[in-house]
Amino acid sequence: MTDRIADILPPDQSLGRVSDQLTGIPLHFPARRRWWIAMIVASGLLLLLVISTTALFTRGVGIWGINIPVNWAFAIHNYVWWLGIGHAGTLISALLLLTGSEWRNSLNRFAETMTLFAVICAGIYPVLHLGRPWYLYWMFPYPATMGVWPQFRSPLEWDIWAVLTYLTVSLAFWYTGLIPDLAAARDRAKRRGWQIFFGITALGWRGSAPHWQRWSQAYRLTAGLAVPLVVSVHSEVSLLFAAGQIPGWHSTIFPPYFVLGAAFSGFAMVAIIAIALRSLFGLGNLVTDDHLDVLGKVLLACGLMTGYGYLFEVFDALYSGGAHEMQTLSDRLIGAYAWTYWGAIVFNFVPLQGLWWRTIRRSGWMLLLISISVVIGMWLERYMILVTSLYRDFVVSSWGAFTPTFWDWSTYLGTIGLFLVPFLLAIRFIPMISIFESEELLHEEQEARRG
Amino acid sequence: MAKRSFGLLGEFENPEALLAAARKAREAGYRKLDAFTPFPIEGLAKILRLPTPRISVVGLVGGLTGAALALLMQFYVNYDYPLDVGGRPLYALSAFAVVVFELTILVSALAMIMAMLWQNGLPRLNHPVFGARHIERASKDRFFLCVLADDAAFDADRTAVFLQDAGALSIELVPS
Repeated sequence: MTDRIADILPPDQSLGRVSDQLTGIPLHFPARRRWWIAMIVASGLLLLLVISTTALFTRGVGIWGINIPVNWAFAIHNYVWWLGIGHAGTLISALLLLTGSEWRNSLNRFAETMTLFAVICAGIYPVLHLGRPWYLYWMFPYPATMGVWPQFRSPLEWDIWAVLTYLTVSLAFWYTGLIPDLAAARDRAKRRGWQIFFGITALGWRGSAPHWQRWSQAYRLTAGLAVPLVVSVHSEVSLLFAAGQIPGWHSTIFPPYFVLGAAFSGFAMVAIIAIALRSLFGLGNLVTDDHLDVLGKVLLACGLMTGYGYLFEVFDALYSGGAHEMQTLSDRLIGAYAWTYWGAIVFNFVPLQGLWWRTIRRSGWMLLLISISVVIGMWLERYMILVTSLYRDFVVSSWGAFTPTFWDWSTYLGTIGLFLVPFLLAIRFIPMISIFESEELLHEEQEARRG
Repeated sequence: MAKRSFGLLGEFENPEALLAAARKAREAGYRKLDAFTPFPIEGLAKILRLPTPRISVVGLVGGLTGAALALLMQFYVNYDYPLDVGGRPLYALSAFAVVVFELTILVSALAMIMAMLWQNGLPRLNHPVFGARHIERASKDRFFLCVLADDAAFDADRTAVFLQDAGALSIELVPS
């Protein structure tokens, strides 16, 4: 991905027009009607989350389907799923900035925004799962009168540090990249309210040469830190499983397998949002078919690497020869929850093969359908990893079953509202495609064309 | 009057014109120059002889601070409340590594971003250059070169003529 694609943006557009078009989205919002419809649906889902959490906090985690032995089902499975989706935002934004892949410039802003809200959805799940969420602060090392400290040798403690660090750094990186665009929106704003809003949030940015120089250095260095951060956060998530002894979890393949799966589901979500925004706001001149083409290729590559993880998981179990590993493998392939395993395989890898064809990659609808299939497939994969490993472990006395209840589903659907409401607000109020980076790329392309 | 102004602002059509004008200004003996552009312009810092920023040093110091904090915290916590888990080591560096890594990145990234804002003098509510008529296009499609009034070679009339010759589309004296 290092060599840049020739002219990914149509070169016959002026810098000023791009700037007007992109600042115009918040300032003169074009799709009010559709936005309100989406917002009403999203608010309904968010309300469902409020109701579900209220029920959960008053009646306890018993309202979910979890019990011994499957005590980690929807809460942790959706936590991993949301966090995985979030990771692609950072990878698109930071990794592709460092490799000089300028095609990212049309995608990075909303991908980062997606990261922020996906991480929030992920972050609330362990808190809901605590059972006594008001003791959340026990996770922090504070001088307690009880004289105890958190246990830093446990992956469960690492988790809160990893997720909070990830959220904070993602937020700081996102805002740093946004400052010049907030200034652009401030300079285009005509109404007083917008001028004050963007005037304050732009922090007085004026595009001065030494400012740009420091900004570029800080931005690139933070990007350089964000890439290993993503890898570390999802590796750490996989250690929640791999550090336990449960068959089907206790494997060294877990960190890379989880990181790749995360990137896979996240890129699928980026493609879904890119296609939706493009058709909603008529941004075909900035999110071009070439962008979809590249996204399709990245999705295919991540998918094949995730497929390799599947193969090696099976190989791992067979090679170990351990009776319980073999038992878990057969539970996955032909057990009571085999539909999650085969569902994950089918949704993740079968429609994906369409991306070998260029015409399918470049067609918005096809890429959208394949991406939705991947997001569902990765959801099933996490379900499979959680439930098929837990429902039958070492002794027959600890065999059981898991069936999600209404409240499991309502909490999950509610987090989709928790993701969509702030995301829709962000679309409404801030430039969702990086203005100055699009202009920079456009200028470079025009320059190259002139020779 | 000249003493009360911030500087002279010349407006240019594209980055190449700005770079050419900046180069000419350096040759003409102007030393206190600034530029306002919609996106970072490659090579501009070199022409204006801007010092290399030291954000990376801040990042390094921040990273080391974060790592040290995380290590000390985890050592102290296990010293103050030792928990023997099947005889495993209390001070287990491999188990501490994750939190050390996370805090290294957290402190380093935040330090760099704060240093960038601090050195840029941001956030700032107003600035003289915002008084210029066309400056709002500096975030859109125009490229501005500013000769600051405290430059030794600054003279309101002669500098204006200079900018005119350098190809400025418009020239404006920015009050301070």
